[in-house]
Amino acid sequence: MIKVPDINGRFGEFGGKFVPETLMQPLEEIELALKEALEDPDFRNEYFDNLREYSGRPTALTYAKNVTQRLGGAKIYLKREDLNHTGAHKINNAIGQALLAKRMGKKKIIAETGAGQHGVASATVAARFGMECKVFMGEEDIARQKLNVFRMQLLGAEVIPVSSGNKTLKDATNEAIRYWVSNCTDHFYIIGSVVGPHPYPKMVRDFQRVIGDEAREQFLEREGKLPTKIVACVGGGSNSIGMFYPFLEDSVEMIGVEAAGKGVNTDLHAATITKGTKGIIHGSLTYLLQDEYGQITEPYSISAGLDYPGVGPEHAYLADTGRVKYESVTDAEALDALQLLTREEGIIPAIESAHALAKAFEKAAEMKPDETLLVCLSGRGDKDVHSIMEVLEGGVEA
Amino acid sequence: MSLTFNDRLPDVDKLFIPFIVAGDPHPDVTIELALTLQEAGAAIIELGIPYSDPLADGPTIQSASLRALKNNMTLEKAMELVGTMRKKGLKIPVVVFTYYNPVLQLGENRFFTLANKNGIDGLLIPDLPYEESENLRERCESENVKFISLVAPTSSKRIEKIASSAQGFLYCVSSLGVTGVRDSLNEDVLGFLSEVKQYSKIPVAVGFGISNSSHVKLLQDHCDGIVIGSALVKKIEELNGSLVDPSTREASLKEFKEYVESIISPIKPCEV
Repeated sequence: MIKVPDINGRFGEFGGKFVPETLMQPLEEIELALKEALEDPDFRNEYFDNLREYSGRPTALTYAKNVTQRLGGAKIYLKREDLNHTGAHKINNAIGQALLAKRMGKKKIIAETGAGQHGVASATVAARFGMECKVFMGEEDIARQKLNVFRMQLLGAEVIPVSSGNKTLKDATNEAIRYWVSNCTDHFYIIGSVVGPHPYPKMVRDFQRVIGDEAREQFLEREGKLPTKIVACVGGGSNSIGMFYPFLEDSVEMIGVEAAGKGVNTDLHAATITKGTKGIIHGSLTYLLQDEYGQITEPYSISAGLDYPGVGPEHAYLADTGRVKYESVTDAEALDALQLLTREEGIIPAIESAHALAKAFEKAAEMKPDETLLVCLSGRGDKDVHSIMEVLEGGVEA
Repeated sequence: MSLTFNDRLPDVDKLFIPFIVAGDPHPDVTIELALTLQEAGAAIIELGIPYSDPLADGPTIQSASLRALKNNMTLEKAMELVGTMRKKGLKIPVVVFTYYNPVLQLGENRFFTLANKNGIDGLLIPDLPYEESENLRERCESENVKFISLVAPTSSKRIEKIASSAQGFLYCVSSLGVTGVRDSLNEDVLGFLSEVKQYSKIPVAVGFGISNSSHVKLLQDHCDGIVIGSALVKKIEELNGSLVDPSTREASLKEFKEYVESIISPIKPCEV
C-alpha cells in the first residue's frame, strides 16, 4: 500500500479540496496546525488523557460467546465503541478536533449531524473545553431524533434546523459549510466523518485510528493472533476507517458494510460504493449517489447515521484497490441482527452498528470455528429505541 | 476561426457583469432576460447552471436553482440556450457558472464541443480552486474558453499566484460568505481590491452582495467590473409568474430592465 493521502490530499484519484476559494486558506491553516499538533507530545498527551479520563478508553473487546455458539462458526469479538462517553465512537474525533481548535485559538465550533451522535459529541466537547457550539441538523432528522436534539441543547449547544433539500445529513453539511464560509476566521468546523475537503478525511482518520490500534493490541493479547476478518459499517465511514487503518498492512480480510435500505435494486438505499459513481460531494472526489447530470440524489436508510449520499474518499480508494470489500445490508437484516445481539448478549447496538453485525453474523456462520471475526460496534442503540419500537411494534414495514 | 472572449467584450471602462440562472423561471425567459441585460448595458453574462448542492450560494440562488431543476434544466441544455441567445442577437461574452460535478459528469470533451458550438466564452467553477484546476485551465486555454478565477478576502498569499494564472477577468469575492444580498459592504473590500489590482494584468471585477446603486458607486472607482447576481435573481423571482406568461412578459422584461438600470446607474451603460 502506498501512503495516502498525498500532499494534495489525494487517496489515489479520490479526495482533494473542491471548495470555494474563501476556504482554501482556512484549510491550509488546519493542515499545518494538525501536522504540528500530531508531532507535539503535549498535544498527544492531552488527547489521550481525555480519551482515557473523560471518554473511558480503552473500550472493551467483548467475546460474543452466545452468538458464536448459536451460529457455530468463527469466534465473534466486538470492539465496544458503544461504551464510550456519549455512546459512540464519534467522541474520539470530537475530542481531537476540539483540542486542535483550542490550540488554534478558536473558541467557536460548528458541526453537522444526522442521527445526532456527532452533534452530541461536539456539544459535549464544547461544554468540556468552554467553547460556543452550533450544530446544523436537517429538520427531518430533528423530528427523528428528538432525544439527541434535547441532549445537545442541554449541553448548551444551539441546534440550527436546516430546511433545504431532503432536510437530512447532506443538507445539514451543505449549510454548515456555507456558514463556515461566512465565519471561517473565528470558527472551527468539526466534521463528523472521514469526508469533506483535505485535510478532514485524514484528520478524522488519525483521530479514529485509536479504535483499530486498541483492538489490534487487545486481540493479539486475547487470541495470540490477528482476526481472520474485520467488519464495520460505512456511512461516511469514520468508525470503519478507524478500525481498518491499523490493519491495512496485515493479511486480514476486511469488509465495510453499507446501508442497502429497502434493497440495492430499489431507489431506497444508501449503498454508495456498491451503486454510486465518481463525483464530487462536500469538497471531495469520491463515490456518490447522483443522476446522469451530476445532481446529487437523496439516499435512504432506516439509520439516520448511514443515509449519506457520499463516502469517505479513502474508502473509495480502498474499494478500487480491492484492499477492503464493500457489501451491503438491508434495513430488515440490520433489525434482525439488532434483536439477535440484544437477546443473546444483552447489548442493544445502534442501528448503524447492526448493519455491521448482520454482515458479520452471515460471514461468521460460513467460517470455521478456529477462525475469528472482529466487529466494530460503533455505538449503542439508546438513541434508536424509538425508531426500533415503531418498526417492531407499530407494524411499520422495515 | 470563431469569435473569442476579447472579440466579444465591449470596449467600456467598467464591465457590468450580471448573473442569472439558466431555466429560472423558464428556459425561454432566460433567453429574453439575457437579451434584456445586453440592452441594459451588460458587458458579460454569467449564466448559472442549477445545482443540487451549491456550496457557494446563498438562499436566493439556491431557490432559483431548485426552480430551474424543476424545469429539467441541465448543463447541456443551458449551453444550448446560449446558442439560441446568439441566434437571437446576443453579442457579448457568456461565462458559464457551474459547480464542478456537472462538468465532470458531462465530460470535458463534450463540454468543450458544446462551448464552441454555442458561442460560450468563459467558464467559472466556484468549487474548483487553483490547486485543483490546473488541467482544466490548460484545456480552456487551448479551446479558447477563458477560465475565470476567484480571489477571496482570505486568499492573502494566494492572490499573486491566482492572479498570474487568471484569464478573462479576475473575480474578487467582496466579503466572506456565500452569494446574496448584503445591506452594507465592508470597507475592507477597497484595500483588498487595490491589492488584487497590483497583481492582475486583466480586468478585476468584484461580486457577492452588490445589490444597489450605492454599492456600485462605492466600488466603481476601485475595480474594472461589477458582478450583480442575487439582486437580479430576486427580482426575477418576484416577476416569476408574469415573466412566464407570454401576455405579460414584455412588460415584466421592461420592469426588469429598469430595475437593472437603476442599480448600475452610477456607471455609464455601454452601447453594444
